[in-house]
Amino acid sequence: MIGTSRAALVAVLAAFAAPFVLAQGSAQDEIEKYRQALQDGNPAELWEARGEGLWKTARGPKKATLEQCDLGKGPGVVRGAYAELPRHFADANRVMDLESRLVWCMVTLQGMTEADAKRNVFGAPGRRSDIEALVAFVTSESKGVPMNVRLDNAAMKEAYALGEKIFFFRGGPYDFSCATCHAEDGKRIRLQDLPNLTKKEGAQRGYTTWPAYRVSQGELRTFQWRLYDCFRQQRFPELEFTSPASVALTTFLAYNANGAKFAAPAIKR
Amino acid sequence: MQPMTKIVSAVSAALALAACAAMQPGPTDAEARAKATAMMKTSFKESGQAKLDRLNQDETQALCSQYAGKELPKDVAERIEKANLASIRWPADGKYLGDWKRGEQIAQRGTGFQFSDDPKGPVGANCYACHQLSKEEISFGTIGPPLYQFGKVRGFTDDMRRYAWGKVWNAQAYSACSNMPRFGHATILTEDQVRDVVALLMDPASPVNR
Repeated sequence: MIGTSRAALVAVLAAFAAPFVLAQGSAQDEIEKYRQALQDGNPAELWEARGEGLWKTARGPKKATLEQCDLGKGPGVVRGAYAELPRHFADANRVMDLESRLVWCMVTLQGMTEADAKRNVFGAPGRRSDIEALVAFVTSESKGVPMNVRLDNAAMKEAYALGEKIFFFRGGPYDFSCATCHAEDGKRIRLQDLPNLTKKEGAQRGYTTWPAYRVSQGELRTFQWRLYDCFRQQRFPELEFTSPASVALTTFLAYNANGAKFAAPAIKR
Repeated sequence: MQPMTKIVSAVSAALALAACAAMQPGPTDAEARAKATAMMKTSFKESGQAKLDRLNQDETQALCSQYAGKELPKDVAERIEKANLASIRWPADGKYLGDWKRGEQIAQRGTGFQFSDDPKGPVGANCYACHQLSKEEISFGTIGPPLYQFGKVRGFTDDMRRYAWGKVWNAQAYSACSNMPRFGHATILTEDQVRDVVALLMDPASPVNR
């Protein structure tokens, strides 16, 4: 079954890679058809299932499951939790996104060291990431739930304000910021459409479709990965997983997406 | 300044400050920027060729970040353009045009300076990521203006060749806070590579001008 859907994906890819001598307008139509064809079977489901298994499996030195992990709506409540993240957690005394909170729960409930919990945050062929699977499971439990991130305390207000500054921070040899690609309507890089993340509609479209299964990588990628890889292309140094800047930037983008129904894990080229 | 005027202006400055403070209970814009910059410095690690000094902004980057999403004041724009124009290195031999074929390769290539890239290269300018150039390449972005027929429309003159050189070397000399990397200024491209890209734009035989 898995083999068949992968083979089908490859066939679809090949079909759309060949006729690139078409005029641009029809090439874009073809890409749109390809994107729609992808929606039929999303391998993200495999990550979701594995993540649910990991969530319910006793692991770590304390041989505990994650079922008592408090994602903000009380211990064990997963449904709708992602649509309200990031949020300030009193027990940790800081603003956390989902990935930060998962690491926190792996440390506090399962007794892992932080280094162990973060050992393999981005999977590769033959090296599956537990965090990516857990993120797939938790986010899938917010599908269809309207984004509702609240700036109802000083820490969240500050995270949002600093996240906005980070979004516009130009640096590195190329002078790039997030805004270089994501602050105007209707722009493309090569043939890839770019959401305008400074406007509600663009932020909603961009934020609610991550995490995503990336066909080109054969992996499910989290929002932390999305930021990490954007900064790589901005020619910045390496963004540290769950670092304060990554959480602040996520807060800025997630809040801007408020009101839109969460629609991930999605599938992208 | 007369002593009386001094006192009056000191008092009005203090009043203005107090008014500002009353209006803005949270951190000021400058404080938020300083905090965000400090936060970034604790949130990245060096990797491959990308060291942490890449987070140290020069004056142009700092000003363009400060005014991003807002209208850039005229005097600030002029200051940025003047400083960047003064820093352009013009070709010593006065030769602006290299080989457009090599220029096309540079325009297509997206690698260079990422922490995942080989520091030994090759380095491209990835012009097609943002601009239309030749008619044959339909996979082009739209962040920058289309450059198809760049030289043909503007004329194959010395002034235009010089302008094209300056624009590739340091786009902010002509357009403060442009999105375009300062390819010569930041030593992304070598002088010879800049010459090849200028040829892609300005050689009458280049596919850009056919």
